[in-house]
Amino acid sequence: MSHQNLESLDVEAIREEFPILEREFDGQQVVYLDNAATTQTPDAVVDAMSDYYRRYNANVHRGIHHLSQEASIAYEEAHDRVAEFIGANGREEVVFTKNTTEAENLLAYSWGLNELEPGETVVLTEMEHHASLVTWQQVAKRTGADVEYIRVGDDGRLDMDHARELIDDETAIVSAVHVSNTLGTVNPVAELTELAHDHGALAFIDGAQAVPNRPVDVDEIGADFYAFSGHKMAGPTGIGVLYGKEALFEEMEPYLYGGGMIRKVTFEESTWADLPWKFEPGTPPIAEAVGLHAAIGWLEEIGMDRVRQHEEELAAYAYDRLAAEGDVELYGPEGGPDRGGLVSFNLEGVHAHDLTSIMNDHTIAVRAGDHCTQPLHDKLGVPASTRASFYVYNTREEVDKLVAALDDARQLFA
Amino acid sequence: MGLGSDMYRQQILDHYKNPRNYGELEDPTFSHVGENPMCGDEIRMDVNLADDGETIEQVAFTGDGCAISQAAASMLSSELQGKTVEELLEMDRDDIVDMLGVDISPMRVKCAVLAEKVAQDGAEIYQGDLEKDRTTTED
Repeated sequence: MSHQNLESLDVEAIREEFPILEREFDGQQVVYLDNAATTQTPDAVVDAMSDYYRRYNANVHRGIHHLSQEASIAYEEAHDRVAEFIGANGREEVVFTKNTTEAENLLAYSWGLNELEPGETVVLTEMEHHASLVTWQQVAKRTGADVEYIRVGDDGRLDMDHARELIDDETAIVSAVHVSNTLGTVNPVAELTELAHDHGALAFIDGAQAVPNRPVDVDEIGADFYAFSGHKMAGPTGIGVLYGKEALFEEMEPYLYGGGMIRKVTFEESTWADLPWKFEPGTPPIAEAVGLHAAIGWLEEIGMDRVRQHEEELAAYAYDRLAAEGDVELYGPEGGPDRGGLVSFNLEGVHAHDLTSIMNDHTIAVRAGDHCTQPLHDKLGVPASTRASFYVYNTREEVDKLVAALDDARQLFA
Repeated sequence: MGLGSDMYRQQILDHYKNPRNYGELEDPTFSHVGENPMCGDEIRMDVNLADDGETIEQVAFTGDGCAISQAAASMLSSELQGKTVEELLEMDRDDIVDMLGVDISPMRVKCAVLAEKVAQDGAEIYQGDLEKDRTTTED
């Protein structure tokens, strides 16, 4: 199935670093397949954060004392590590936020509200997460810009002919999800950025479901802005990243004001600190930055190519097993390089929330709902779907348990 | 087995598969619609009051959604007949859980109480105590 044939992951060894996977409810071991919502955290990350709190917890930037120096260096180095991980030029291009949603809002408020003009368009896709869809909707309302959506075809892929129609000289920015959190589709983001640039527009890519499970190079993609979250990539909650090209960040106004982001303040006016601190006011997520740094190191030790291969194989296996069931409706492209590590589906005659409750009887953790893509679900003609999403510690046996549990639902609802 | 399996006891599944009082009343005293955005459940409740303006004479519902929300609507539609509007307004979540006769896991309580909230809001709007187009369990 895979186009790489790298050495497979030693899943058994990996699982040992996640004590939570040993948990049992009613005598059954948890089967955690809700990784697109949040991934579990390996000991290496928990230990790094615990070490920070035990040994060098202090506030950053302003401290002259030893502890603050250590904390400041760790916090700054986390930026460097993220930059290296995603192919950015340096810490100036890496802003820490609370999560992907806040990264998106930073861009929308700082750049969008100031730059968008009536008649200009923001081109999204029909598979955008509410994080960008709702945000651009609101910014467009305030600025008089128009929001347009690139169609999703029946195969769950973007209609690139439609993209070429929509992206024109009126387009100010293209905002697209790298990997869909609902369909699993891996979008041709480099092609989208090129289209945007051909028309003098910027390109923002939502990488929340991409950075955790594949090698991402923002330079190769050509993205002007790119966002993702720590907690979906074996890191902690409370930290996200907005990547932006330095020249663009330089031009942008701060989104939040306060301490830590200023250079000089008088009673009349203020000037801003250097990048990226200009966008990071107040006490930042220091322990979380330490955790994210550790998570990147942990993932790179496995190798992002191998992570991708593992995810692709599991998703393809799950897709094929579910498709063979006959009464399961699947959404998005079939298994392969065009699908990330998740599968959304419905069992005929059973509402997604009922199915998910029944899965929980087997201690199988999956997600039911609209996955923050309501307009996409409207288009699919279903109120909700059940989503199984995978990570480095998941196995085929766990997918088998998911498929076996469908029988319970069939029996109850027959 | 955990809470979930208990949730799908025969009674619930029976009401889900064979909903009672399913449909719309021709000229209801009041009618109201609501939704549970979390599940995408939707319920419309139609109610006819007796001439005393107090007693619930007839209830019908239509809807779409998960088994818990639809079974609760079906059971409530029978339960309400003969009750007064005041008794309807006094009902709370515990009454619904008692009516369903199963433990409802915390994340599914909104599904269970949707029909009750819709009927209550419908009654309050009818009495002029509430202004609202649609009910949502997120309020």
